[in-house]
Amino acid sequence: MNLKNNIAVSDSGFVFNPASGESFSVNPIGLEMLNLLRQGLSQEEIVTSIEKDFQAEKINIERDFNDFIDMMKQYHLMQNEDE
Amino acid sequence: MKTNKPTLTIGVTGLNAIDSPGPGVAVIRGLREAASFNCRIIGLSYESLEPGIYMHDLVDKTYHIPYPSSGTEILSDRLDYIHEIEKLDVIIPNFDAELYSFIKLAPKLKAKGIHTFLPTLEQFEERHKVNLPDFGAKYDMHVPRSKAVYTPSEALSLEKEYEWPLVVKGKYYDATLAYNFDQVKSAFNKISAKWGLPIIIQEFIHGTEYNVTGLGDGNGNTIAAVPMRKQYITDKGKAWGGISIDDKKALKLTHKFLSETKWRGAFELELMKNKEGNYYLLEINPRIPAWIYLAVGVGQNIPEALTRLAMGWPTEPFTTYEVGKMFIRYAWDMIVDLSEFEKISTLGEL
Repeated sequence: MNLKNNIAVSDSGFVFNPASGESFSVNPIGLEMLNLLRQGLSQEEIVTSIEKDFQAEKINIERDFNDFIDMMKQYHLMQNEDE
Repeated sequence: MKTNKPTLTIGVTGLNAIDSPGPGVAVIRGLREAASFNCRIIGLSYESLEPGIYMHDLVDKTYHIPYPSSGTEILSDRLDYIHEIEKLDVIIPNFDAELYSFIKLAPKLKAKGIHTFLPTLEQFEERHKVNLPDFGAKYDMHVPRSKAVYTPSEALSLEKEYEWPLVVKGKYYDATLAYNFDQVKSAFNKISAKWGLPIIIQEFIHGTEYNVTGLGDGNGNTIAAVPMRKQYITDKGKAWGGISIDDKKALKLTHKFLSETKWRGAFELELMKNKEGNYYLLEINPRIPAWIYLAVGVGQNIPEALTRLAMGWPTEPFTTYEVGKMFIRYAWDMIVDLSEFEKISTLGEL
């Protein structure tokens, strides 16, 4: 599952879905996750990268990442690989 | 500054601006920004407190015109008087309630050199709220179930078919959500007193509301189409802020609407997207909406294109627009001399 191609993410963490007109704000860690998703990194790679940069426990990062992805799905910001 | 552009004299209605504002002022802003012509704007007003009358930087002269209930003959006489003085090239009517008269008068106006670009009477009637279920069936579009009723008790029979809440709608304007039969009765009485009968009882579709404004050339082609999501609404459900969006499904539905109905003129589609992502067509407004300046702002000057079509000039379809542009509406208090109010009130001209 990937971030939809048309989603705009600004440097300040402002997220805009041009298809629905909805906008959201994410915090710096959310922004980092979105940028890594954009680069096509896997969940494991993203968690490792966050662990290195933010010095948090892996288990917490994994939980937060999954919560974040669930929320992104709920807001229709994610798409399946084949879409 | 002199330019080679032609100058058109354009009559525009809908100069009011209460919490459900008329589109006239926004239409005029689009016309003033037209790249292909200059214009002289003649306001056509119904009441002396319509703000557009006093916006002298936008409106050159305003004349009162009779209410639609006075009949087309009286309107025709008044337009003859105005035309004699102003030599109108185009009229853009912006109210649902006046469209019937203008559509009826269109051939007569054309013979006098006044151009319009309006839906046909058949198109106007077919898309009427009362006829929406038939419209949906004919053109294979999802529409909410609805029924025109003449008494509140008729609505009671729909209780078994539809779930609460129900939407109680006036034939031209106004819509209220009713959660029980007492609220249906109250809304029925309130709306019918203002807009007459029938009242439309409509199934409520849960979802997110989107609107599309556009322009059809009458041959099934899309000249303009801009979808918008309301971001901020008044208690009447009118957009007070909105954003242009790139919604392929809404645009596809718009092209289908235009190609199948061969719609002539401007329009606004009110759409509801349910949780499954399906669009329901809630209403087709047969005119330019009040938020039209957003379309102008994102690159589709619909008032200009409509005027060109009315004049019979070649008009290229718009193919792009800027996504993610917002409009934010505001109210502006003008200071007006009593003498101006006196003039429009007593002489019907300003």
